[in-house]
Amino acid sequence: MFQFIVRRILIALVTIFAISIMSFVIIQLPPGDFLTSYVASLASQGDSVSEQVVQAMRENYGLDQPIYVQYLKWIGGVVQGDFGRSLEWGVPVADLIWDRLAMSLMVGLSSVLFVWSLAIPIGVYSATNQYSLIDYISTFLGFLGLAIPNFMLALVLMWIAFSAFGQDVGGLFSPEFQDAPWSFEKFINLLSHLWIPMIVVGTAGTAGLIRTMRANMLDEINQPYVETARAKGLSERRNIWKYPVRVALNPFISTVGYALPSLIGGEIIVAVVLNLPTIGPILLRGLLSQDMFLAGAIVLLLSVLTVLGTLLSDILLALLDPRIRME
Amino acid sequence: MSNNNVLLEVKDLKVSFYLTEATVQAVDGVSFTIEAGKTLGIVGESGCGKSVTARAILGMVRKPGKITNGEILYHRAGQAIDIAKLDPEGPEIRSIRWGEIAMIFQEPMTSLSPVHTIGNQMIEAVQLHKSVSKSAAEAVSVDLMRRVGLPYPERLLTAYRHELSGGMRQRVMIAMALTCSPRLLIADEPTTALDVTTQAQILDLMRDLQDEYNMAIMFITHNLGVIAEMADDVIVMYLGKEVEVADVDTVFYGASHPYTQALLRSIPRHDVDVERLETISGSVPDPTAIPAGCAFHPRCRHYVKGACGTPPLVQVSAQHQVRCTRVYEINEHLAAAQTE
Amino acid sequence: MTTANTPANAHNLPDPMEEIDEGAISIASPRQLMWWKFRKHRIAVISVIVLIGMYLLALFAGFVSPYDPNTFNASYKYVPPMAITFLDGEGNFTGRPGVNGLIQERDPETLRITYQTDYTQWYPIHFFVEGEPYKLFGFFNTNVHLFGLGEEANGMPFFWLGSDRLGRDMFSRITYGSQVSLSIGLVSVFLSLALGIVLGGISGYYGGWVDNVIQRVIEFIRSIPSLPLWMALSAALPPELSQEARYFGITIILSVIGWTSLGRQVRGRFLALRTEDFVLSARLSGASDWRIIVRHMVPSFTSHIIASLTLSIPGIILAETSLSFLGLGLRQPAISWGVLLQEAQNIRTVALSPWLLLPGLAVVLAVLAFNFLGDGLRDAADPFSR
Repeated sequence: MFQFIVRRILIALVTIFAISIMSFVIIQLPPGDFLTSYVASLASQGDSVSEQVVQAMRENYGLDQPIYVQYLKWIGGVVQGDFGRSLEWGVPVADLIWDRLAMSLMVGLSSVLFVWSLAIPIGVYSATNQYSLIDYISTFLGFLGLAIPNFMLALVLMWIAFSAFGQDVGGLFSPEFQDAPWSFEKFINLLSHLWIPMIVVGTAGTAGLIRTMRANMLDEINQPYVETARAKGLSERRNIWKYPVRVALNPFISTVGYALPSLIGGEIIVAVVLNLPTIGPILLRGLLSQDMFLAGAIVLLLSVLTVLGTLLSDILLALLDPRIRME
Repeated sequence: MSNNNVLLEVKDLKVSFYLTEATVQAVDGVSFTIEAGKTLGIVGESGCGKSVTARAILGMVRKPGKITNGEILYHRAGQAIDIAKLDPEGPEIRSIRWGEIAMIFQEPMTSLSPVHTIGNQMIEAVQLHKSVSKSAAEAVSVDLMRRVGLPYPERLLTAYRHELSGGMRQRVMIAMALTCSPRLLIADEPTTALDVTTQAQILDLMRDLQDEYNMAIMFITHNLGVIAEMADDVIVMYLGKEVEVADVDTVFYGASHPYTQALLRSIPRHDVDVERLETISGSVPDPTAIPAGCAFHPRCRHYVKGACGTPPLVQVSAQHQVRCTRVYEINEHLAAAQTE
Repeated sequence: MTTANTPANAHNLPDPMEEIDEGAISIASPRQLMWWKFRKHRIAVISVIVLIGMYLLALFAGFVSPYDPNTFNASYKYVPPMAITFLDGEGNFTGRPGVNGLIQERDPETLRITYQTDYTQWYPIHFFVEGEPYKLFGFFNTNVHLFGLGEEANGMPFFWLGSDRLGRDMFSRITYGSQVSLSIGLVSVFLSLALGIVLGGISGYYGGWVDNVIQRVIEFIRSIPSLPLWMALSAALPPELSQEARYFGITIILSVIGWTSLGRQVRGRFLALRTEDFVLSARLSGASDWRIIVRHMVPSFTSHIIASLTLSIPGIILAETSLSFLGLGLRQPAISWGVLLQEAQNIRTVALSPWLLLPGLAVVLAVLAFNFLGDGLRDAADPFSR
């Protein structure tokens, strides 16, 4: 078991290293280095920078040095929490992302809860009452949920809210709380806005989860150990929830860790449509304006989150499933 | 056959499976009785309805299957309960299950939950039927595991199924089946998945336990050798019907149905000298298309066109029934062949 | 079931032998079994028909759409969808489809122009009308369109799905958009397949360190959240790229990330098949690696691969739509469903002109159809399972 965890951690570390290189490549991808675009953007605003200043900055950022030195400088900063400067915002990237990442986590977490609390009971019911009306309905809604792009759902919900209540339901806060310091009222206000992104982000996940849960349950429900439990005189309900559900849940436990980061990934577009103060809109803006330190940092953070989530899941699964522990 | 020892009486049991393409008559009018302390063997190829019959006795016929006819009378304290009429999820049948009729399955590997400990599952079985404390239930479990010859039973309580060998798993299942001292143990191919030595050990164990607990066993298998070793009475089934019913000696030395005879010819025996073992020609027909007339006629070496019809169960002697119209002719033919 | 029609209850027939008809023992090829099984999946069959219809529309986009997708009409902006009616201006049944006229009104407060239906006017729809020239399949110059309004409409355009902010016909735009949106899924899936089969096959067939390296690469790609990565890579495409180059750039980006799941499946199948007896016997009889792979192993899992291919198309369509919607995928003047949905980004615009969401409906329809089809194929791929 200990060996298993150590091996997993080592794999995660290697993956994170590879991810950091990839993020750095993304930063380097646009033609020219960021200083040229910086100078260009200053020039477009009418400012000009002297050649000397540019040269000084070039040395300062190490842009005149070989690429691996540049990488080392960048990653050295990242480890200390310095992700470089955002060109567009003119502030350190770190100042921009942490608050928004927290908001993203908030939306993602509530979506995970929403997805799980809805999908598992429905999946179990569908499997135990195969070909019943509710099974058909949930299967169809499941397909529909998978087919509707997140942002479409967001648009439609907003459109309905807008034409029915004349209200703009975007954002996570009402205007009066936008810049207010944290308070209980602000938190309540947040909750009252949270449900739309929660549903929108969670729908596709719910649909997928219902289908997987149903399929897993159908695999388990006719297994001899369920039959044994039935022969033992266990009531149907207790049998289902103690045996097949428990086994069918294992694959989900293996997703619990990265469910969150993947929902944050899915949240990006929704956040743009719903105008949420999360990581999505600034990633998009960063990419569109080639503000690459910002974009690279976000890609790096989201990927690292996913890797850590996977690691967590693996360990959790090993704890819960004796078969894997043996390995 | 009617006496006070009768434990279970199955009368004209019919089970149908309603599939989308067709309705399959998995069990088609089977009747038999099981007496206390005796062993009834049911033999047949896969798909002949033997496992469905066993499940019907516990009220556990799976969807889309349904008991469509017949009675399953379980005799207890002078009264008979018709299991076929009980709600399959109700409390009556649940108290009979395991409490009075226990069942072990073919696959000891998958009969145990992969994610619960052996102890958890055994204690559950005890506590479902007896109101005892967890530690008392644990003590019962340890005792039984020792009784079925499992080493270090205390340690097994916290073990998972994948940590045990096939034979150990089946021993655990047997121990679990004994938790409530059942009057009838249904064993559905309990040794099929085991290797031959383990198989012999398990069969020995079951016989010992049968004497000790005075329990009846309904032994389902496709293996005639196992039947010879275990059974008092035998039912040979083919496509949902009994084709031959007799005590074990009659089946092995005076089998009259062509199917039983063919089965016997296909296994090696030390008491009969044969040049080579035979196989039964053809294969079991698709259960959605059971041949009309005698279901066995396409594979039968004694089939005579027009002479067989739809055979009833013929009472050959007091304890011997055969489902064959031409049973007497075949017997004469055999006798003639033997004297030659 | 070949034998389902044989009555099992014919006990009273005089001659049982009559019952064994030849059909009962006929042999069906796996392909036949799959087709029978697939045919039973009613929704999957409907999906095939829907998809064929959609691809035909895409193929004949120029012919089917009454206008060029970029033709704008400044006096008919944000026209709502027009109802097709068989009743003429006097309310008489005409027996042929047509549309009513439009009355322009200016909202005194918002100064926005709105359109009301003028029921006194009625213009019949003509079929095979001459209109704007286009190139069918990109080759044949023609100007015949499937339908349109005639001279009597006095230049009123026929927007049966409405028009956008420049007065462009939504129907023509959705039809032309389907060319990109529907083809990008296919092209990208085939690229993924090529990558997946080559790398997954190598991985599964040879095993050892090759397998290890490829597996680590797959794990690495899968550990990165796909959407941010797609976004970052698309954003890195140089902005001066031509429409076509951009299309292929996006396609490649989608497949580079998409091949991993196919690669895994192929590998899994190869690993399982490698130990099968028929592969072993092929090897013992001296067949070359290549021959074993192509002649023995691949045919035994093509049906599964086709099913998973179908199931991965929706993801690609959704990804393209999302990227284009965000402005990172295809860009104007290219037309795809995602590009069209960009017009619907502003909620106030959507509230006033909800028909701008129609391209989204096309997306949902296509994705649903592919999902159902894939499901049906997956079931059919196991013809022996219940």
